[in-house]
Amino acid sequence: MKKLLTGNEAVALGALEAGISYASAYPGTPSTEILENLAEYKDEVIAEWAPNEKVAFECVIGASVAGARTLFAAKMVGVNVAADPLFSFAYSGVNGGMMLVSADDPGLHSSQNEQDNRNYAKFAKIAMLEPANSQECKDMVKTAMEISEKFDTPILFRMTTRVCHSKSLVEIGEAVKPTKKPYVKNLQKYDLVPANARHLHVKVEERLKKLEAFSNETELNYIEWNNKKVGVIAAGVAYQYAKEVFGENASYLKIGFSYPLPMAKIKAFAAEVETLYVVEELEPFMEEQIKAAGIHCIGKEKITNIWELTPDIVGKALLGETRPVIDYDLSVVPNRPPTLCAGCPHRGFFYELAKLKNVMITGDIGCYSLGGSDPLNAKDSTIDMGASISMGHGAQKIFNRFNENMRTISTIGDSTFFHTGINSLMHVVYNRSNTITCILDNRITGMTGHQENPGSGFTLQGMPTTIIEIEPLVKALGIKHVRTVNPLNLKELKEAFTWALELDEPSVIITRWPCVLKKQSEADKKEFGNYFGKCVVETDKCIGCKACIKTGCPALQFNKGTKKVKIDESQCVGCEVCKQVCPVKAIKRVGE
Amino acid sequence: MSDVKNILLVGVGGQGTILVGKILSTGLMDAGYDVKMSEVHGMAQRGGSVSNQVRYGKKVYSPIIDKGQADILVSFETMEALRWLEYLSPKGKAVVNDYRIPSAPILMGKNDYPEGVLEIIKSKVPTTVIKAAEVAKEVGNGRTMNIVLFGALVKGMKLTDINWEEAIRQNVKTGMADINIKAFNAGLALVD
Ligand SMILES: Cc1ncc(C[n+]2csc(CCOP(=O)(O)OP(=O)(O)O)c2C)c(N)n1
Repeated sequence: MKKLLTGNEAVALGALEAGISYASAYPGTPSTEILENLAEYKDEVIAEWAPNEKVAFECVIGASVAGARTLFAAKMVGVNVAADPLFSFAYSGVNGGMMLVSADDPGLHSSQNEQDNRNYAKFAKIAMLEPANSQECKDMVKTAMEISEKFDTPILFRMTTRVCHSKSLVEIGEAVKPTKKPYVKNLQKYDLVPANARHLHVKVEERLKKLEAFSNETELNYIEWNNKKVGVIAAGVAYQYAKEVFGENASYLKIGFSYPLPMAKIKAFAAEVETLYVVEELEPFMEEQIKAAGIHCIGKEKITNIWELTPDIVGKALLGETRPVIDYDLSVVPNRPPTLCAGCPHRGFFYELAKLKNVMITGDIGCYSLGGSDPLNAKDSTIDMGASISMGHGAQKIFNRFNENMRTISTIGDSTFFHTGINSLMHVVYNRSNTITCILDNRITGMTGHQENPGSGFTLQGMPTTIIEIEPLVKALGIKHVRTVNPLNLKELKEAFTWALELDEPSVIITRWPCVLKKQSEADKKEFGNYFGKCVVETDKCIGCKACIKTGCPALQFNKGTKKVKIDESQCVGCEVCKQVCPVKAIKRVGE
Repeated sequence: MSDVKNILLVGVGGQGTILVGKILSTGLMDAGYDVKMSEVHGMAQRGGSVSNQVRYGKKVYSPIIDKGQADILVSFETMEALRWLEYLSPKGKAVVNDYRIPSAPILMGKNDYPEGVLEIIKSKVPTTVIKAAEVAKEVGNGRTMNIVLFGALVKGMKLTDINWEEAIRQNVKTGMADINIKAFNAGLALVD
C-alpha cells in the first residue's frame, strides 16, 4: 500500500518498522512532527519530550546502552545543545542502534541561523545518512539501525525543511515488535575517563576506515549513467533539484550515505565524465573533501551557499537558463508578517513593557519573539534559547559597573525557561545581579504547535503527570522577589514593573494565562474559567486616536475614511486589552 | 518532465489551504499520479502569508514550484494572489477569491489595501474571480470557503474525472463530508 507522507511522518513509520522502542526530543521546526507521530504508537515506542536537547540525547544514550534501538530528533540548533553528549557518545558507540535526526533549515523558514549540520558528522567522526524523499526517510531508518549496530556508531540522519515537510509517496512495510539486546556492563566502552577514552579514539579512527569502505560498497550511493558530458554528485533534496534541471542529460552519483564519502566511487565516476558538478545546499561539505582528494569538480564557485536552493537557482548557475515570469510591480502588495493572535496573553505584557524607559529588553525564542515587532517594539535581542536571562545578567553587570542608568529585563516563555532558563537564573542569583526576569507562562509550548512541557501537566503520550510549578521553582533557586500576574490585566502588569524596578535584587515576574489557541485541560478550566467573549467599539464614542491599534491586535482595524476602529467579531475573543487602553471608554464587552 | 503539472495554493495562515492540498494530493495519488506537496509550518502560520504547492505527473522530482512555473494559482485571499503572481507561468491561469483579509500594516493604517488587484491579474493571465465566502454561505456553511475554491481549481485544471467525493470523505470529519461535497460541486459550477 502507498501513502502520501511528509518526511517526518515517514521517519516515524520507519522507526516502527525498524523496531525502535525509545525516542526523545525537544520540539523545533522542522523536526517536531517526528516525535508527535511516533507518540501515537504507544504500545511499541516510548516517546518523550525532554526539557531540552541535551537531556533528550542523554536519555537516548541510556536507552541504547541498555540495549534498545533508539532515536533522537532536533532542529539543527538543537543539535548544538546536545553537542556535548554527542561528541563523547561518538567515542563509546552504541549497544542498541542509535540515530540522531538533525533537521536543518536552509532558507531560515523558522530559525535563527542557517548552519549546515552535515559538518557534525565529520566533526564527531560518525556515519551520516541523507534521505532525499519520504520513501528514503522511511527506509533509511532501518538501514541506520543496521549500520549503527554493525559499526558501533551513532548515525547522523540529516534532513532539511523540504525533506521534512514535503509529502511524497511511500510504500508501507510491516511494523516489527521491538526487541532489545542484553545489557552488558563494559567500563572500557562506556566509562569515558581519560584512560579509556584514549583507546576509544583509536577505535573511532579504525571505525571511520571501515565506514569508508562500506560507503564505497553500499547501494545507498549509486550511479545513474546517462550522458557522460556532465556528471552530478548530489544528496538530499539537492539531488531532486539536479534531476529537475538536467533530467537525462547528465549522469548522477546519488549520495545517500554521505559520511564518510565514497571517495573511490567518486574517483571512478569523475574519471568517466567530462564536467563534474557537486550540487549541494549550504556549505561545500562534499566539494571540499572531493577537492582535497585531488578530484577536480565545480561547486560553490557557481552555486550559492546562502539560503535554500531551488531547481531554478541550480539551472541558472550551471546552465545559464532562466524561466520567463510575469512582469508586474510587486511593491504595491503590503507585507503580511506573522502577528500575535487576537487574545494572545503576550500582547498586554509587551504593550506595558514598551512604555518603560532606560531598559534593555533581552528576548528569547517563542511566539513572544513577536513582542519585538511593530507596533509593540519591546525587545532588544534574540540569540538562542535561554539567553534572555544570562545575556540580561551580563549586560546588567556592565551597566552597573559603568554607572549607567539602565536596567535589563529578560523575557522568556515557560517552555524556554524549562529548556535552559533555569541554569541562567541560578547564575543571576549566585552572582548577585538585579535583573528583572519575566517568565511568560502561557501553559504550553506555543510557537511549535502546542507541545506539552514540564509545566503543562501531561506527557507527550498523553499521561497526566506532576506539574512543575514555576513560582516555587524560582524561589528554590533563591529568588526572593516573585510576583505572578494576569497578563490580561494591564494595571497588574504596570504595578509589577514598578515594584521590580525599585528592587536592588533580582526579581521574577510570572505572567500566567493560557495560550488562546490551547485546548484547555481540566486544570486550566478550573483555574482560568471560561473568559471567552466579544468586545465591540461604540462607534459614536470612538475618537479615532488609535491607542487600541498600538496593541497590534489583528482583530482591530482602523478605518482611514471614517477615522474609527472596528473589531472583527470572528477574531475577537474578549481579552479586553484594547478595552483597557481606550482613553474614552469606547470599547465594551458584549453583554456588559 | 514536461508532463509535470504545478498547482500553487496561497492564502493566509488559518484559511484551510493545507486541507485543500491534502484532498488534492489524495485524489491525484489515487488516480495513479506521482505526487509531491510542500507546505509551510511554524512561524508563518501565525496570520502570515502561506503557500501550499502540489506537483503531479508521471515522475516528480522537486517538491517545490519555482517562479514562473505554476500552471494554476489559486488564491484564497485577494492581495495574496498578487504577492504570489510571480510564481505563475505567463501561460498559466489564476483563480482568485474576492475576499480581503487586511494584514497587520493595513490594520494599523500604515498601508492601504491595494486597489485594482483583480484588474492587474486579469491583464496578465486568464483569471476566474470567485466570491467563495458568499457561495459557501449559500451552500450552508461559511467555513467551506476553501472547498468552494477547490471545486473551481478542479474545473480549471480539467481534473473532473477523478473521484473527488472519495478524496473529500477521506480527509474531512465524517459529519462534515456532505456539506463539503456540496461546496465542492458549487465551486465546480463556477468555472466553465
Ligand atoms: C535549541 C532550540 N531548540 C528548539 C527551538 C525551537 N523553538 C523555538 S521557540 C520554541 C518553543 C517556545 O515555547 P515557549 O517558550 O513556551 O513560548 P511560546 O511560544 O509558548 O510563547 C521552540 C521549541 C530553538 N529555536 N532552539
